[in-house]
Amino acid sequence: MKISGTEAKIPGSPLPEEIMPAVHHISAKKGDVIVLVGTMKGAFVLRSNGARKKWEVGGPYSVGSPVYAMAFDQRQGRHRLWWAQQSFRWGTVLCSSDDYGKTVTEPETYSVKFPEESKLALKNIWQICIGRADEPGTLYCGVEPACLFVSRDAGKTWSPVEGMLNHPHRAKWQPGGGGLCLHTIAPDPVDPKKMLIAISTAGCYRTDDGGATWQARNQGVRAQFLPDQYPEFGQCVHKIARDPRQPNRLYLQNHWGLYRSDDGGNSWQDIANGVPSDFGFCMVAHPHESGTAYIVPIESDEYRCTPEGKLRVYRTRNAGKSWEPLTRGLPQKNALETVLRDSMATDTCDPAGIYFGTRSGKVYGSSDNGNSWQAILEGLPPVVCVRAALVDGDGTGSPQRHGSAEKGKSRTKMRSASSRVSPKRSARARARKR
Amino acid sequence: MPVTFRIPTYLAAFAGGQNLLRVEGSPATVQEALQSLWQIHPALRDRIVDEQGEVRQHINIFVGEDAIRFADGLATKVPEGTEILIVPAVSGG
Repeated sequence: MKISGTEAKIPGSPLPEEIMPAVHHISAKKGDVIVLVGTMKGAFVLRSNGARKKWEVGGPYSVGSPVYAMAFDQRQGRHRLWWAQQSFRWGTVLCSSDDYGKTVTEPETYSVKFPEESKLALKNIWQICIGRADEPGTLYCGVEPACLFVSRDAGKTWSPVEGMLNHPHRAKWQPGGGGLCLHTIAPDPVDPKKMLIAISTAGCYRTDDGGATWQARNQGVRAQFLPDQYPEFGQCVHKIARDPRQPNRLYLQNHWGLYRSDDGGNSWQDIANGVPSDFGFCMVAHPHESGTAYIVPIESDEYRCTPEGKLRVYRTRNAGKSWEPLTRGLPQKNALETVLRDSMATDTCDPAGIYFGTRSGKVYGSSDNGNSWQAILEGLPPVVCVRAALVDGDGTGSPQRHGSAEKGKSRTKMRSASSRVSPKRSARARARKR
Repeated sequence: MPVTFRIPTYLAAFAGGQNLLRVEGSPATVQEALQSLWQIHPALRDRIVDEQGEVRQHINIFVGEDAIRFADGLATKVPEGTEILIVPAVSGG
């Protein structure tokens, strides 16, 4: 069902000025890096130059509202921020801004809504996913109760994906601690008909036919809270990340368990090799280096804090055969932190920036692939979402090298096209093999 | 007999900045009064009720001093000349 609505231009926020905290707006130029931070009390937009050492803080936006999902759409020359403004009282609405928050568009009529006949009502939007570069009008939302919504007109109107809305497993899906949320959306970079999503607690599903049907893809993923620990579906998948160079390679952080798939999710192998705990929430892949991924292990499901009071990011550079702790610049004493499923992100620079936020309101960043870290911001409300982007990158995720980072001057250099995954070229290569 | 709605400041931003909204006609129930309200100020609908037409969990609607939650819900009668209050509940964290 498509819902069209009029839109109201609301400067900054609909809250009256007398109760507004001071709002600062950033502006960004080509080569800058922005980090979007969604918290339980509003959204922030951080900006730095290519050095990524000093940060300017914009916001807060949607003051007082949980913001679980944010995204930045740079296709077709846009600089459009998207975020989901949730309210205990007024429901959840998708907001956008084309000027980094100076002017916020909040639709008069909510754009992401279940059809009346579904008997469902939207609780929250957990994920906003910008579509492929060759589909510049396409965006996706993952919502609670679990469903996938799609927009084909750059976010003006949205409709639920029927194959997910009417999925035969729906009646048996159970909510996790955060609710029955569709929190991961991973479009296939090569085949537009393929997409992988994840739901807590239903597990991983994949469509190969453009969303008409969805098959559970959880073989090998444990559900230790169920009598049958390897069911077809029902796993509590926390996050899935896709390898930047091998589209069929995926990394999965489970509610207990770290896994890798080399066949697009058909089967999963345990890769919890040398981590202090295989419990955790977040999981991101390096934007360019195949085999490299990052996690922040959590002690257990009963004690959801970083083990031993040490805030450690773990990195694998060999697709999970081994993991190394990254601690330089991170507190290693009395750091009882939690990093939630969407609170970690990468930019597309080279070296890559890695960012994460904690439930205690701290944001950390690395501008050297995770080798060293700095505290970017403290004292925020609990962080539930982090996203990062290079402004006016080419939109392909190909690396943008920042060579003189120390002096705060950036120069951008593209790697040759032959060194990155090209969907068209890959498709041609496969065709040749056949 | 027109009905008057009193709405909170947040919602007033979606109703031309007004906190007091007058709805013409003689709605017999809260449901009918809200239907009239949506026609004048459509932006209020999604913020007060969900897709299924249910009043959002943390919003209270009073007819005079009576919460409709403890009366007949949206079928609660609206006596002539009574004010309808839409109030955000004490909730959150």
